[in-house]
Amino acid sequence: MSTKEKKIRVLIAKPGLDSHDRGAKIVARALRDAGMEVIYTGLRQTPEQIVETALQEDVDVIGLSILSGAHMTLFPKVMQLLKKKGMTDVKVFAGGIIPEEDIPALKKAGIKEIFGPGTPTSTLIECVKNSVSM
Amino acid sequence: MREKQRVDVARKSSVPVLLTKANDVQRLVQGVFHGEKRAIARTISIIENNEPEAQKIVSLIYPRTGRAHIIGITGPPGAGKSTMVEKLTKELRNRKKTVGIIAVDPTSPFTGGAFLGDRVRMQDLSIDEGVYIRSMATRNHLGGLSRATKDAAHVLDAAGKDTIIVETVGAGQSEVEIIKVAHTVVVISAPGLGDDIQAIKAGQMEIGDIFVVNKGDRENADKAVSDIRAALELGTQDKEWKPMVLKTSALTGEGIGEFVESIEKHRAYLRKGALDHQRRATAEIELIEALKQKIAQTIIQDLRQRGEWVRITEKILAREIDPYSAADTLLKRKTVGP
Repeated sequence: MSTKEKKIRVLIAKPGLDSHDRGAKIVARALRDAGMEVIYTGLRQTPEQIVETALQEDVDVIGLSILSGAHMTLFPKVMQLLKKKGMTDVKVFAGGIIPEEDIPALKKAGIKEIFGPGTPTSTLIECVKNSVSM
Repeated sequence: MREKQRVDVARKSSVPVLLTKANDVQRLVQGVFHGEKRAIARTISIIENNEPEAQKIVSLIYPRTGRAHIIGITGPPGAGKSTMVEKLTKELRNRKKTVGIIAVDPTSPFTGGAFLGDRVRMQDLSIDEGVYIRSMATRNHLGGLSRATKDAAHVLDAAGKDTIIVETVGAGQSEVEIIKVAHTVVVISAPGLGDDIQAIKAGQMEIGDIFVVNKGDRENADKAVSDIRAALELGTQDKEWKPMVLKTSALTGEGIGEFVESIEKHRAYLRKGALDHQRRATAEIELIEALKQKIAQTIIQDLRQRGEWVRITEKILAREIDPYSAADTLLKRKTVGP
């Protein structure tokens, strides 16, 4: 009888002032259908709220989505706070409208992968699964 | 395996002392006693995942439990449970109480995944130092809660939270397991969900200490209140506590103060003696469930090891024996207790 009941827990969060979360919901649904437990917190989250939620929910992965253009401010802030709280084992992925030239800096800040529009959900499911060892 | 080792090494290098060893149970438990959020979070995960340290942790935590007041919030999907939890928590914070929240949402029976969305209604609480919120998926446990919900409430209790609110999944008529966890059960409904016949039915209508008709700003709210009142009055069992029926609007805040007062009243009632009775009943239920789990596990493991499991399953498949008779036979054969 297997007693192992571990599930991948993912926080899908939208930092900043976007008023549109269809993309985030599609991603949340795809990860749910891939057998993960997805915590969704809704729109207009501050980096502090996101990191605090990730802490309380003990997630393995955070998925950040942003469309407003504030990613160069908000994403590094999230990474900084995670570091401050000793949560560097949490994997962070990002998506939304992110210009090509910003990607290297964001990856340097610790974001594992950035998914633009049109990414097949199968790709991100695979990336998330591979990033978390069970 | 190599992958796992790699991650363990990564954890060691980057994570604070507390978490360098997932099995450092003592430290983790001390962290819980000090209310450290990461310790609480990890501990709940260990219990929820049924990791090898889970039982040890529960045994260390148990002596420190029994102090918090546990409020159960249940009711159908969309009645406003999560919104009400937020309003209730804010009111409790105004009264200087610390609050732990466990919000349960369903696991998909098809994929095993879950979408946990109760926090959407509780955004204002997420950075309040006096509040800890944890979303849990049912992981296919029936009854409106997950298997680990009760123990997760124990963790928050041991961490010193004054009040713990457990929100069930959107419940139908028979999701009544919350009575095994909560001291005060609140059933939230909304106008327009059913007539007086629905209100007479068994199940949820029997478990509420307090009934709340939310969305009181809508049409027919008073009708819903009187349907519930009338149904409760039909009850012939002589109960010491007469369930209260209230009308609220979580949206406008109307009736929330009265709601908190009614919870306090129920708590005061419990403290006058009913609590001892309730605690004894809960202790017995906990013991029965622990026994069931252990006995079944031991017997099944033993049968598997001896190869009997496969043999009996084949017989059931061939319709040579039914599962009940098979269980009888197996239990008789296994004369030595687990």
